[in-house]
Amino acid sequence: MKKDRNFLPSLIGIILLLLFVVLLENISALIPGLPQIFQPTSPLFTVLKKAAVYSLVAVSMNLLNGFTGLFSLGQAGFMLLGAYTYAILTVPSAQKEQVYYLFGGCAFDSSIVDIFGNVFGTSGVGGAVSMVLGCLIAIVAAGCVAGFFAYLIGIPVLRLKSDYLAIATLGFAEILRAIFQWQKLGPVTNGANMIKGFPTFSDFNITDGAGNVLVRLSTFVPFLISSICIMLIVLLIHSSYGRAFKSIRDDEIAAEAMGISLFKHKMMSFVISSFFAGVGGALFAMYVANAQAKAFTSVMTYEILLIVVIGGIGSVSGSVLATFLYVACSEWWLRFLDSELYIGGFKVPLLRNGFRMVVFSVVIMVIVLFFSQGIMGNRELDILSLIKRKAAAKPAEKKEERK
Amino acid sequence: MANALHLENITMQFGGVVSVNNLTLDVPEGKIIALIGPNGAGKTTAFNCITGVYQPTNGLIEFMGKPMVRNHPTGKDAKNYKGENADRYVKDPVLAPTPDRITGLGIARTFQNIRLWKSMTVFENVLTAKHQRASQNVFSATFRGNLAEENRMREETMDLLTEQGLDAYKDELAVSLPYGLQRRLEIARALATKPSLLLLDEPAAGMNPQETAELADFVKEIREKYDLTVFLIEHHMDLVMNISDYIYVIDFGSEIAQGRPEEVQSNKRVIEAYLGVTEEEEE
Amino acid sequence: MEYVISVLLSGISVGGQYALIAIGYTLVYGILRLINFAHGDVFMVAGLMGIYLTSSLPIGISLPLVILLTVALGFTIERAAYKPLRDAPRMSVMISAIGVSYLLQNTATYVTGGQPMTYPTIPFLSDTVNVAGTQTKWVVIITPFLVLALVVALTILIDRTKIGMAMRAVSKDFETSRLMGIRINGVISVTFVIGSALAAIGSILFFTNYPAITPTAGAMPGLKAFVAAVFGGIGSIPGAVLGAFLIGICETIIKGLPSAWDVSVFSDAFTFALLIVILVFKPQGLFGEAATDKV
Repeated sequence: MKKDRNFLPSLIGIILLLLFVVLLENISALIPGLPQIFQPTSPLFTVLKKAAVYSLVAVSMNLLNGFTGLFSLGQAGFMLLGAYTYAILTVPSAQKEQVYYLFGGCAFDSSIVDIFGNVFGTSGVGGAVSMVLGCLIAIVAAGCVAGFFAYLIGIPVLRLKSDYLAIATLGFAEILRAIFQWQKLGPVTNGANMIKGFPTFSDFNITDGAGNVLVRLSTFVPFLISSICIMLIVLLIHSSYGRAFKSIRDDEIAAEAMGISLFKHKMMSFVISSFFAGVGGALFAMYVANAQAKAFTSVMTYEILLIVVIGGIGSVSGSVLATFLYVACSEWWLRFLDSELYIGGFKVPLLRNGFRMVVFSVVIMVIVLFFSQGIMGNRELDILSLIKRKAAAKPAEKKEERK
Repeated sequence: MANALHLENITMQFGGVVSVNNLTLDVPEGKIIALIGPNGAGKTTAFNCITGVYQPTNGLIEFMGKPMVRNHPTGKDAKNYKGENADRYVKDPVLAPTPDRITGLGIARTFQNIRLWKSMTVFENVLTAKHQRASQNVFSATFRGNLAEENRMREETMDLLTEQGLDAYKDELAVSLPYGLQRRLEIARALATKPSLLLLDEPAAGMNPQETAELADFVKEIREKYDLTVFLIEHHMDLVMNISDYIYVIDFGSEIAQGRPEEVQSNKRVIEAYLGVTEEEEE
Repeated sequence: MEYVISVLLSGISVGGQYALIAIGYTLVYGILRLINFAHGDVFMVAGLMGIYLTSSLPIGISLPLVILLTVALGFTIERAAYKPLRDAPRMSVMISAIGVSYLLQNTATYVTGGQPMTYPTIPFLSDTVNVAGTQTKWVVIITPFLVLALVVALTILIDRTKIGMAMRAVSKDFETSRLMGIRINGVISVTFVIGSALAAIGSILFFTNYPAITPTAGAMPGLKAFVAAVFGGIGSIPGAVLGAFLIGICETIIKGLPSAWDVSVFSDAFTFALLIVILVFKPQGLFGEAATDKV
C-alpha cells in the first residue's frame, strides 16, 4: 500500500514530538537556572498550546474547504457548540451554583467528572482517572454535538452553490451566537456570561498532595488530542472516501456520474469537519479557561481560513505549519510591534497598539495575492500560477512531518 | 433480444425551447447503437436525461426492463408544454434518480468535453471511480478495517490500466496526458464503475483518423470483454458506420430516421440534415 | 399608535441605509460573481473618515470629500486585490475579499486605538422633527426619499447610458463581453465606484442615526445588506432595495418587541435565518434569474 508506507514513520515522528513536548515543558524543573523561555510562564508554551488547538481547527476546515471544495465559513459556530458542550458537561457540581448565580444554578446540575468521581473516587489516582475519563467523554460529546448540528444545517445548505454556502454557514454561526447569548437559555448556557470553572489544560498536570506540580502535562494534552484527531483526518483523506471528496472538489458532475453521491459525501465531509471543529472548540475553551459566545465571531473563522490559505489549501501539513507560524507571530514574535520602542532617544515611528495586526493583514494579503499556493505549494512569483493552480495540482501532503 | 435501454416519448423542454422532442428508441443488450445528428440536435441532452443530469419534462426511460426515469409536465411546465403524450404518464409516479444512483444501476458515461479529475493521477482517477462499489463505510475506511478490499480495488485498477495501455502513465496527472489518451482514460474510468451499459459522448472528437480507427477496434474489444451494451453519440461518420449495429438520427430534437448503417447512409432526410439544406453550421 | 409609527419610521430609514450598501453588493456580484466581504468595511471606513474630516474641515467640504475618498478606496481595493485574481478560482477572490476586510478592520483599530468613535452631529440631518406625534431626526425622514432618488438615477444610468449597457452586458456574459471588446476593467471599476459612493452616502445617514463607530461596525450592516441583495435576487437593484427595506423594518420590529420576551439578541440572527430560508426555497431571490450549468 503506497500511502500507508508512510504511516509507521509518521506515527513514530508524532510520538517523538509528543515526548519532546513533555520534556520541553518539564525541563525547567529538571535543570534549574534555564533562561526564561523554558519557564512554564514563557510565551513559548502559550503559543504551543494555542497552536495545537488552532491547528486542529485549521485542518478540519481544510478537510472541508481544501479537500471537498465546500467553501464553508461556519467553523467558529461549530467551535462554539463544542466549547459550550464541553463546559456545561464538565463544570463540577460544586461550582455550578457560583457560575450560574444569575440563573440560580444550572439545569444540568452534575458533571461527567463528578459522575465518574462517584465510581473511582475524587482524590488521588481515582480522581485523576475520573477527570481524564470525564474530560475525554465531554470532548467527544462536544464533537458529536457540533457534528449533529452540522447534519441538521447541512440538509438545507449543502445543496447551495459555493458562495451561497459560504454566506449561509456564516449566517448559521451568527444565529448560534445569538441563541447562546439569549437570557432565556441562561440555566443552560449562562446567558451572555461566560462559563468557567471546568477542567483546563493545567488541571492535567500531575501534582502531589500539597498541590505542587510534579510533572507538567498542560502543553502535552492539547498536542496529544490534536495529533490524534489530525491523524484520523489524514487517514480519512487517504482512504477511499478521501478520494471521493477530492473528486467532488475537482469536478462535481464527473463525480456524480461516476456514482459518487454528492449529497452524501458532502454531508459526510461537513459533519466530520464540524465534529473536529467541535473538539477544537472544546480544546479552545480549555485553553482560555472559559466559554463565552461572543468570542466565536466570524473574525475567528476568517483567521482560521487565512491560516489555511497561508499553509496551502489542500495541504494538511501546510495548515499545521501555518498555524504554528501564525500563532507564534501574533502571540509572541511580533508582539514588539504593539509597544512603543525607543532606540536611544529616537522613537521608532508607527509602533503602537494595533500595529502588529496591520502588519499581519498586509502579509496575509501579500500571500493571498502573490503566493496563493501558500507555504506548501510552488513558490513561483507569478500571477499565471494562480490560473494553473488547480491544474498544476499538488498531491501536496507529502509527509505530515508535524501532525 | 431484450432491451438494455428503452426511451419512450422523451421530451426535454427548457422554458420555451424543446431540446428533445418525443424521442423513442431502443438499445438492445450487447449491441452498439449510435445516436447521430447535427450540432445542437439534442443528442447530449438526451444523454443527460438518461444519466439523470436533467430530469426529462415528459416520458419514460427503462433500464433492463425496469422503469428508471419517468416524468410528466406539471405546474408551469404543463402550461408551456409543447410536446406530445403529456397525459400518458400522469398516473404513474415520477421517478427521478440522481446521476450516482443511475451509475449504481449499471450505466456509465464519458463526457463530450473531457471531465477528468484534474488534481488526481491517472491511477487515482480510475481508483476513485471504484468508490461506489466498495463496501466499506467511512469508519472502516478511515481505520483501515478492510485493507483486503482496498488492495483488491488497487489491483483491479492496475489491471484495467494495463489493459487500456495506460499503465505507463499511471502516476502522471490525468490532465497532462495527450488528448487521445485522456479520452481513453475517461472510458477506463467509466468501466471502473462496472457498468452493463456504456454511454460514449463523442468519443472520437478531436482525434485523427488513425486514432479514430483504433478507437473503433477498442470499443468493439471492450464490448466483448466486459459484456457491454454501447450507446454512443458521434460525429465521425466513418466510426459510426464502422461500429454501429443500428443508428438513430435526430435533428432539432426529433427523430428523422433510424436503421442499419447502410440504410441511414442513403436516407434522403439524413443527407439533407447533414449537408445543411436548412442548416449551415454543420462541420 | 405613536410607537408603531416610530418603529416603522426607523425601520424604513435603517432599511434605506442598508439599501445603499446592498446596491454595492448586488452590482459587484452581478458582474464579478464575488461576495465583496470588504464592502461593509469600506462603509465603516467612510464613517471614520467622516469623523476625522469634519473635525478639521467645514461640513460643506468634508462630506463631499468623504464620498470622494471612499470612491478612491473602493477603486483601489478592486485594482489591488481583485483585479490580479481575475482568472483565478472564485474561492481565491473571495478569500482576497476576506483578507481586505481583515486589513481594513485592523487598520481601523490601529488608527482609532480600538476605542468606539462618535460620529459628529451634522446640521439639519441630526435636527429633530415631529411626525404624527413622534419625535425623530430629519435623517429618518430623508433617507427613504434620498434612496429612491438615487435608485432612480442609477436605474437611468444602467438603462440609458453606454456604460450602463456595458455593465448589463458584462453581468450577462463576462467572457463574451470581453471578446466583444468591452473594456471589462473599466466597467468593473465603474461598478466599484458607484458601490463605494453609495456606501459613503449610506455611512453618513447610518452613523448620524447610530453614532458609535467601532472597527467592526461595518461587518454586520454589510452582511445584512448582502442578505438583502440575495433576498431581492442578486444582481437586481430594485430587488436589493426592497429586500433592504424589509430587513430594516423586521429588524426594528424585533428590537421593539416587549423586553420581557428578550428577543432583541435575535435581531441580527433573524436576518440570517431569513437568508437560509430564502436560499433553500428560492435561491434565485425575488427578482433573480435561475442559472443552469452546462454539462
